[in-house]
Amino acid sequence: MNTLLNSPNVKKITEKMSSLHFVIAILFASTLYVSVCNLMFAEGSLLHVSDYTVSLLGKYLCYALLALAVDLVWGYCGILSLGHGAFFALGGYAMGMYLMRQIGDRGVYGNPELPDFMVFLNWTELPWYWAGSDNAFVMILLVFAGPGLLAFIFGTLAFRSRVSGVYLSIMTQAMTYALLLSFFRNEMGFGGNNGLTDFKEIFGFSLQSSNTKLALFMATAVMLAIGYAISHFIVNSKMGRVVTAIRDSEDRVRFVGYKPQHYKVWIFVVSAMLAGVAGALYVPQVGIINPGEFSPLNSIEIVIWVAIGGRGTLYGALVGAIVVSYAKTRFTAIMPEAWLFGLGGLFVLVTLLLPKGLAGLVTNLMDKIDPPATEKKPSGSDKSKSDDPTLAAENK
Amino acid sequence: MIVDKHGSPLSSVDNLKPDTRHGMILYVEDVSVSFDGFKALNDLNLYIGDGELRCLIGANGAGKTTLMDVITGKTRPDKGKVSFGQQIDLLELDESEIARAGIGRKFQKPTVFEALSVFENIELSLSGDKGIWSSLFHKLSGEQQDKIDEVLQTIGLTAEQHYPAGRLSHGQKQWLEIGMLLAAEPRLLLVDEPVAGMTAQETERTAELLTSLAGKHSVVVVEHDMAFVRSIARKVTVLHQGTVLAEGSMDEIQENKDVREVYLGEEEA
Repeated sequence: MNTLLNSPNVKKITEKMSSLHFVIAILFASTLYVSVCNLMFAEGSLLHVSDYTVSLLGKYLCYALLALAVDLVWGYCGILSLGHGAFFALGGYAMGMYLMRQIGDRGVYGNPELPDFMVFLNWTELPWYWAGSDNAFVMILLVFAGPGLLAFIFGTLAFRSRVSGVYLSIMTQAMTYALLLSFFRNEMGFGGNNGLTDFKEIFGFSLQSSNTKLALFMATAVMLAIGYAISHFIVNSKMGRVVTAIRDSEDRVRFVGYKPQHYKVWIFVVSAMLAGVAGALYVPQVGIINPGEFSPLNSIEIVIWVAIGGRGTLYGALVGAIVVSYAKTRFTAIMPEAWLFGLGGLFVLVTLLLPKGLAGLVTNLMDKIDPPATEKKPSGSDKSKSDDPTLAAENK
Repeated sequence: MIVDKHGSPLSSVDNLKPDTRHGMILYVEDVSVSFDGFKALNDLNLYIGDGELRCLIGANGAGKTTLMDVITGKTRPDKGKVSFGQQIDLLELDESEIARAGIGRKFQKPTVFEALSVFENIELSLSGDKGIWSSLFHKLSGEQQDKIDEVLQTIGLTAEQHYPAGRLSHGQKQWLEIGMLLAAEPRLLLVDEPVAGMTAQETERTAELLTSLAGKHSVVVVEHDMAFVRSIARKVTVLHQGTVLAEGSMDEIQENKDVREVYLGEEEA
């Protein structure tokens, strides 16, 4: 095994196969597997994947995209956002508004214009900000623009005043909490504490049909792959190196001639949009969006996914989100009240034993099998000294 | 005048060359800075000639680092004038704009981007467009590659270019930081305690490097190590309580009565 991995051919392949190809290949393969098993095998067959499982997996993939967004700002730029749930929820509400309008006159009150909760509140017409919400293109625009705009305003204010570290994290918590409280109010026009639910169809396809569920799952996988490719491109560009440099030493970046605040706002906005897309894909698969998604606890949980998966690697975020969410599904079925303790304990353990998360564990193992080039030639520093012209002259 | 309202001063600052027809690259005039009543700089005047190598010495609290902060835009003075060449008013620019205008700064504590490789540290420091979109679609040109190789050669880190900078020794980090400054091709280099924590041999190499830079660049060095100052300086400025106490060659400074009293005197005692 060892010799095989060290042979030059295999090494070339592993070098060529970057994490991008690997992640996309795995995503593609598992989506294909789930789809085939869902469609081809009848219920009761061992290989059958139920509609429920398909939606559940779709939900995990949404979480993975959300975690990816957090890793982009936290893992690479050092912005510990404890408010990314807000961007996720805003994307979800944008989708929710569209889905509400698709109900049409099939609601309880049968009003073709107004969603049920508005009829219940005795509203006679749609609020101005619901204008165009029945248009799919407006919805898609809002999924990006809503979270993006909030991130832009918040980021500009915070990063221009050079707020960072723990103060910034607290502000992001306050932001999501403020949104939680305001979305709870009926007057906001987003369904108050019940949120938006009872959806019937999306783009004309029934949300109850198993084909739609499968299509949504596949769409989520595709969006996750696209999001991953975009993030991969960003972190491997010079932009990514500037952002990493900001994480390590913002002052140095400034004195080298970059404007860190512009970079931070930009990456924050991109990340918020990714989170918004995740939210928009999440809502039709779970069938509801309510203010609970703005809860500060949710945002903290996202950060824990990334920490457990290993930050600053992108793929670690996906692994963390999926593993922890799966554990949550199983755990809460057995003893729901203990889950938060379990999650907290897991976080403490990972921080103590695996500071680089599960991804760090993997790279450690890989290094043991095939040490990186830099470790192989410790004589490098000696060589440099003889290369150095000033010293060479001195030695004469 | 230099910064336009829409926050895109890039092109104008990048194209601006300091006007050095009078032989001076930096003018610091009547600058005062106070922190909570404590006067860190007190009506300070300092002129640096084009291509000069100047050493700044002074006891702790004499205002050396504050002066650097003022020049690089980190601290705003209460009053006074600071200009780069005759025409670029540094008080109107922020840190990144000052850096792009051609003033490089090395911090007291070596500050490099630890997670990035030595090569990448230098790549980021190259002069050129520092905007977001150009960074996103940036491709290294052959010219830039050559420049990076040249800088690596100068600072003697060619063999370590793919190491993460965090793994370098203290002295190598100091050198890398100087290399990052060189990559930006600045007109004026501000170097804060370059040999702190270096071995005797490293100190010697640093001295050679700094003297070789003078001429093409103007260099201001803040240093405590008097032997080092003696080995490189042609002209020395002594700061004391936020003002210039004396200025001249090292010999003149050592003969100066005021200086002996407040600075060297204390050291000998």
